[in-house]
Amino acid sequence: MGDTEVRMKSKKTVFVTVGTTSFDALVNAVDTREVKEELWRRGYTEILIQMGRGSYIPSKSEGGDDSIAVDYFTFSSSIADHLRAASLVISHAGSGSIFETLWLGKPLIVVVNEDLMDNHQSELAEELADRKHLYCARPQTLCHIIADMKLESLIPYHPGDTTPVAKLINRFLGFSED
Amino acid sequence: MLLCSARTIASAWTCFLLAIFGSKLCLLQFPLPLPFSSIKEEKDFDFPIMACIFTITVVVISSVMLILIRLLYVLYQTGKPLKTRGSAGLAPPPLSTLIILGSGGHTAEMLNLLAMLQKDRFSPRFYIAAATDNMSLQKAHLLEETEDKVEGISRSQFMQIYRSREVGQSYITSVLTTLIAIVHALWLMLRIRPQVILCNGPGTCVPLCVIAFLFKVVGIRWSSVFYIESIARVHRLSLSGLLLYKLRIADQFFVQWPQLQRKYPRAHYVGCLM
Repeated sequence: MGDTEVRMKSKKTVFVTVGTTSFDALVNAVDTREVKEELWRRGYTEILIQMGRGSYIPSKSEGGDDSIAVDYFTFSSSIADHLRAASLVISHAGSGSIFETLWLGKPLIVVVNEDLMDNHQSELAEELADRKHLYCARPQTLCHIIADMKLESLIPYHPGDTTPVAKLINRFLGFSED
Repeated sequence: MLLCSARTIASAWTCFLLAIFGSKLCLLQFPLPLPFSSIKEEKDFDFPIMACIFTITVVVISSVMLILIRLLYVLYQTGKPLKTRGSAGLAPPPLSTLIILGSGGHTAEMLNLLAMLQKDRFSPRFYIAAATDNMSLQKAHLLEETEDKVEGISRSQFMQIYRSREVGQSYITSVLTTLIAIVHALWLMLRIRPQVILCNGPGTCVPLCVIAFLFKVVGIRWSSVFYIESIARVHRLSLSGLLLYKLRIADQFFVQWPQLQRKYPRAHYVGCLM
């Protein structure tokens, strides 16, 4: 390996999403040199940030042979396509984002917003992290988590089943249970 | 059985009231004989007032007792499955259903649940979302459109309700906005009078479910209330959930994590629904 060797990397996108919220701390953390270098080191070639209602604007970058590309947008009607195209998703702790990503089987780092007053969202993120379905981080610990993460050790999440509830409701109301 | 005894007690009380009131009227019409009149003169002045006060007290106490008895009956009956409806061999008739939507994950979770319910059993469907929530009714529309176009969309209605409390609103101003929300909720509920209510936690559901409970007590409509706590609630119930659980307003209370079922034993654990 020398200076003349061109580093050929296949495109691997990190998709960062904050949903409909404003989460400057996360966008800021992703935009730091440390996190960008760490993501590059782990093999990702570009970062796409969906920044929602946030006011912090990240700096776009074309990337290249030795640095990661960065792009951003505020909202889109559906992030499903971006999720599908991503190799890693870094998301706020909203249950919609979390489950949409888990259903697609994408590796996920959930970042909890400590500025939210009633932080019940962190319960869900921490519980799913305990069950090894995703990694849970705070904006300050994001770099550390990216450095240490072992994505192959994540357990795939199987979508839930609403049949038990439907059965209980039907039975209660006097309908047959099928 | 309890209902019969309630009616018996009610008619007994009514007869008792009429007897008391009737006797007071008679005494007022026909004053006591002369020898006692000098002693009674002062008391004659007080007597009608005292009779009024007494009668009013009796009326108030018996009304309160009636309401209490009815309330206890409703609490006893809440959570008991509906008695078999419809005639033998035929499917039970559909039930009018109110679906309460909330911002963000709430609507996604509710629509996920609705996908599993047979639409012909829960018809007509009424969707209510908060006035400031733009996305939820749109998503509900989408769900209804993918159903049978003739049956689904034409029999469903979509309504907005004033919010009790915006996210981050101070608790003091919330009292006033909650009162407004309650009046609006009453108006909507009187129009809809649903037989089934499905909700999963947004603040909008509390006034609606409380009114549904009142409708049960007063006898306007018996609504079966199903509350499914959000999947995001792992260790603690939401405020709406806590209220509906403690006040025993929900007929069936579902939680998605075992930790909650341990803390709230009257809840049914149904696992993760998402």
